[in-house]
Amino acid sequence: MKIVVPIKRVVDYNVKVRPLGDQSDVDLNNVKMAMNPFCEIAIEEAVRLKEAGTATEVIAVTVGKSDSQEQLRTALALGADRAILVETDSLLEPLAIAKALSKVIEAESPQLVILGKQAIDGDNNQTGQMLAALLDYGQATFASEISIDGDSASVTREIDGGLQTIKISLPAIVTTDLRLNEPRYASLPNIMKAKKKELDVQPIDAMGIDTSPRMELLSVELPAARQEGIKVESVEELVGKLKNEAKVIS
Amino acid sequence: MSTLVIAEHDNTNLKPATLNTVAAANVIGGTVHILVAGNSCQSVADEAAAVDGVEKVILADDSAYENQLAESTANLIKSISGDYSHILAPATTFGKNVLPRLSALLDVQQISEITEVVSDDTFKRPIYAGSCIATVKSSDAIKVITVRATAFDPVNASGGSSSVESISADGVSGLSSFVNEEIAQSDRPELTAASIVISGGRGMQSGDNFHLLETIADKLGAAVGASRAAVDAGFVPNDYQVGQTGKIVAPDLYIAVGISGAIQHLAGMKDSKVIVAINKDEDAPIFQVADYGLVADLFNALPELSEKL
Ligand SMILES: Cc1cc2nc3c(=O)[nH]c(=O)nc-3n(C[C@H](O)[C@H](O)[C@H](O)COP(=O)(O)OP(=O)(O)OC[C@H]3O[C@@H](n4cnc5c(N)ncnc54)[C@H](O)[C@@H]3O)c2cc1C
Ligand SMILES: Nc1ncnc2c1ncn2[C@@H]1O[C@H](COP(=O)(O)O)[C@@H](O)[C@H]1O
Repeated sequence: MKIVVPIKRVVDYNVKVRPLGDQSDVDLNNVKMAMNPFCEIAIEEAVRLKEAGTATEVIAVTVGKSDSQEQLRTALALGADRAILVETDSLLEPLAIAKALSKVIEAESPQLVILGKQAIDGDNNQTGQMLAALLDYGQATFASEISIDGDSASVTREIDGGLQTIKISLPAIVTTDLRLNEPRYASLPNIMKAKKKELDVQPIDAMGIDTSPRMELLSVELPAARQEGIKVESVEELVGKLKNEAKVIS
Repeated sequence: MSTLVIAEHDNTNLKPATLNTVAAANVIGGTVHILVAGNSCQSVADEAAAVDGVEKVILADDSAYENQLAESTANLIKSISGDYSHILAPATTFGKNVLPRLSALLDVQQISEITEVVSDDTFKRPIYAGSCIATVKSSDAIKVITVRATAFDPVNASGGSSSVESISADGVSGLSSFVNEEIAQSDRPELTAASIVISGGRGMQSGDNFHLLETIADKLGAAVGASRAAVDAGFVPNDYQVGQTGKIVAPDLYIAVGISGAIQHLAGMKDSKVIVAINKDEDAPIFQVADYGLVADLFNALPELSEKL
């Protein structure tokens, strides 16, 4: 079984992102970049399926600028067998990204595609579901457990009320939630080995897809600031404030 | 202009987030219809018909929609999408699962989790865990949107008397099927609907210690939440998680206990009206958003708080 894992290069999750001075966009000058945390979980799951003998090949794919090769190398160091960069200089929206990914998947015909549930830059939570629609595959989003049996998979999903298990026929799209696994760190020897693995660069223009933007970013601002609070000295003072000042308890 | 709101429900009751979504539809303007897709869900349609300001309820009552799986639900919505300029669903795990699929079927770029309607094509939405707010303008013919419930005051659940039109199943898919569900049962209010929430973090040290929070929650009629660290450590189930990748809450009172205040946690609660933080580390970032901060060991503070309430 072949598994494709689409990954995204995003701002490291520890960075507090701010708007540019003219509020035209976020300020990404000199910020640390990393693989989206949910994509690390997706790679980890695919590699574990390979280690368990269920999968035979893991292919990491990203749609982005040339510098995304860095994250593809990380994916290779974490255990992916080869990588594909669909290169574009534009910042694409999830629909366009899903279209590009669908072309890669049509060419590779994997049995399983594992994505993150959400990229922590735009917090869109769309690409996997869109990709499933474009390919007419079944989808299992927000997975906390995946088990493959033959030509179907059973997936436990984290939903608002608790957990739901569904069965999907393969090939299918799965998106990862935080509890699916705990990703490993890349070891130094594996980082060295990753440099020799195959990384194929494909220009997006050759794919014949419409990637024109549907949304215009008008501005980016800071959220409304909260009024500064106070420290209370005791539980008694706290209860008094909540009753008499904030009036949120009686 | 005409907006279709996708109802969230459990085949028996309409979920409150639907009312906040109708509120967002009202700000957009024009007529509002609600789609109820489910199985043996007439009671939901009746409830939806009573929602204030709704012109029509469309009911697709069929076993195919029992669990509202994404494939069949998206196909159904697509089949009636031609009548609408906007299609909205709450930004819950249900809406987030179905709407992007619909969006791609319609060749539309979805606008996720809006917090404000600026005009019928322009919306505000948080990005980067709420560190920034983006204003975006959509040029798509149909706007497919998920709505952050806490950003819109719910419309009245009663006062309306719209017609209910039944439609038959369309585009039923066999790509996925339901196996089972473990839905948490609790006598406490639902996290996203509660007016008071008390959450525990890694500082709670164990699942057993959450009873310290539960005692207080029961006195206040509050819901209990948690940080990701507490969920990952297995103290409480996943549906307790508040944050960027968990639930978004904005109660009148949020009490964070033994939670450091990582940006991913703040993203889920910083729009609460009043925030209380109890933490033994006076430099914990949670104090930067707290209206009332108490630097104390939670194992002393919680029993005392419980006693004084
Ligand atoms: C992609 C991604 C998504 C994430 N999504 C979320 C999310 O949705 N929600 C979320 O919450 N997190 C999320 N996180 C995790 C987040 O970054 C933090 O790791 C997490 O919120 C920390 O939880 P915590 O505050 O309970 O634990 P810690 O940061 O370990 O803080 C524990 C706090 O308890 C205090 N404490 C300890 N003992 C006591 C005591 N006896 N009395 C009083 N105080 C005490 C300590 O001083 C400390 O401040 C996400 C992370 C990533 C990478
Ligand atoms: N540019 C991209 N290239 C490859 N995969 C992507 C890209 N953008 C998003 N994805 C995948 O889609 C998931 C969800 O992203 P999003 O829909 O942007 O929240 C990510 O975790 C990735 O797995």
